[in-house]
Amino acid sequence: MNQSEILDALARLALFADLDGPQLEAVAHTMSEESFAAGQRILRQGISGSGFFVVLDGEVGVRVDGADVARLGRGEFFGETSLLLGEAPVADVVAVGQVKVLQLAGPDLRAFLLAYPPIMYRMLQAISRRLERANRRG
Amino acid sequence: MSDTDRAPDSSATVAPPPGAYSVVVVGSGPGGLQASYYLSRLGIDHAVISADPGPGGMFRHFPFFQRLLSWTKPHARLAHDSREYERFDWNSLVAFEPEHRGIMASLMDGSSEFPSRAEMEEGIRRFTERTGLPVRYGTTWQGTSRDDAGYVLHTSVGDYRARVVIFAVGIAEPLLPETPGIEYAAHYVLTRDAATYAGKRLFIIGKQNSGFELASGLLQWASPIILASPRPAQLSVNLHSLGGVRARYIQPWEDAALGGGVFILDATIERIERRSTGLAVHTRRSDTSEPFVAEVDEVIAATGFRAPLLDVEGVGVSLFGRSGLPAMTNAYESTSAPGIYFAGTIGQAVGGLRKYGIPANSGAVHGHRYNARLLVDDLAARHFGRQRPRPVVPPGDILDRLLISASTAPELWHQKSYLARALTRASDGLVRDDGIVSLAEFVDAAGPDGVAITVETDDRGDIHPAVYVRRRGRVDADARLSSDPLLDFSGAEQRAQLKSLIGGVLP
Repeated sequence: MNQSEILDALARLALFADLDGPQLEAVAHTMSEESFAAGQRILRQGISGSGFFVVLDGEVGVRVDGADVARLGRGEFFGETSLLLGEAPVADVVAVGQVKVLQLAGPDLRAFLLAYPPIMYRMLQAISRRLERANRRG
Repeated sequence: MSDTDRAPDSSATVAPPPGAYSVVVVGSGPGGLQASYYLSRLGIDHAVISADPGPGGMFRHFPFFQRLLSWTKPHARLAHDSREYERFDWNSLVAFEPEHRGIMASLMDGSSEFPSRAEMEEGIRRFTERTGLPVRYGTTWQGTSRDDAGYVLHTSVGDYRARVVIFAVGIAEPLLPETPGIEYAAHYVLTRDAATYAGKRLFIIGKQNSGFELASGLLQWASPIILASPRPAQLSVNLHSLGGVRARYIQPWEDAALGGGVFILDATIERIERRSTGLAVHTRRSDTSEPFVAEVDEVIAATGFRAPLLDVEGVGVSLFGRSGLPAMTNAYESTSAPGIYFAGTIGQAVGGLRKYGIPANSGAVHGHRYNARLLVDDLAARHFGRQRPRPVVPPGDILDRLLISASTAPELWHQKSYLARALTRASDGLVRDDGIVSLAEFVDAAGPDGVAITVETDDRGDIHPAVYVRRRGRVDADARLSSDPLLDFSGAEQRAQLKSLIGGVLP
């Protein structure tokens, strides 16, 4: 994707919906785009020092101890739990087909969220929705 | 590949003409030449083709101010022909033969640890000639197609056919943003002699190394100098990696901090327009969206480069990102076009574990020169049935082999958290040395029980060995060994920690 395509893609994602143009551009320059082929691991269960990821295109599978527990698609994010808690991830995240993601270095997440409170708010909403779903299932 | 596997140097090399080869390498910069070296030493017939008139790649012209950013320390207290010395020599290509090692140190007088561009170009030329690499210069790759046997490279002198192609063409094509009025800006590569900027008001788009390199080199000429881009600049010393602005180029930063005529803005560049009094650069602050217009005489876009990969998408290569990089395996093969590999700086698209956000050094010679060996060994195994030898390691040597690697192996120091030394237990129960491997591959592949050791830097900048133990086909966790004030990891403490970690997996 070129810069304007990345900006268009970001603008369509709920996580970044409250940002104006210059903020979106700053986010696009802060996160790096990466590509993964089917089966490649993006997040690794038990391995420290990971990052924060937003799915830009494609689908990823969440696996705990090798068992599929969820699928995430465009606009959804992962990796934040281990970074916020300072622990290694408790799940693998694996590319289902060809996947493009935006990655933020783990140590940068705190400053990133503090710099963009609207992203933090949207993230809290999404995490709350996940929690609500989990509670219903429980 | 062990030393005994090596084919001898060819005493006289002939520029390979168009025709059929097992492998064709495109590019005669450090990436292509290092790959060619390993192919030669495995005895794999190949041709290197290059549009340039001689070896060197980007170092034939860059860096712009003629002094490299990467160090070679001639007075480091190690023999220049030892592997350990490579840790202090970022610029020489690497070789099995001691006489071909440390070439850059022999070209430098020790007064600077940063070689000049001309010295670097000369070092690459000497390596190419001494190791007898088969390069045909003045041969421009113009297009790519497939045939029954593999790939066809259409060039200015005829067609080259090969089962396997390695593209080592760098990330060298100037990349300009789509900003309205960008035609009034000159890309970094078009920067003129410094003196021609005397007294000019200069606006530099971009705050990475190339932007700061220009600001640094033009500091006494242009005034004011405004550097702007959406993201705040970051320093390598804070990031603990080459991902930030290098210390060599931070003089403009100090100048800005002291109010000396350099200005560093976090802003989006909205448009550039010509006025009778100069160029107006319209910006908007990244944090408040407040507009700001800078009127200047010159605008330089230090906005990066693309990989000049021509029509490779037509033969199935999948590209991504603004630099147009290929999606690759951990051994630098296209994930969508088997038999097409990428050497040199393009390898930075293989991110590895990127622990704590720290990237590998694959965009620099001292990183990708080691990737080249993994690439060639993978190519040899997958396409030519040549397996890398895996010598048996006596049980009494296991701890030493791992700890000495962590303390001195240049691959682990230059490609932290990216390359690792792996020992695995084969089905015959013997422990074998897998050599230097991709750490991501070791962690992700369901291979035999084994141990990989690497060197890592964490988010606090602490450098230490890290150990990955694979049991029953899975690496469940990573573990760190203690660091050391002088980064010597071969002490009793690390030995005891490692012994405890590998217990039950290796004897």
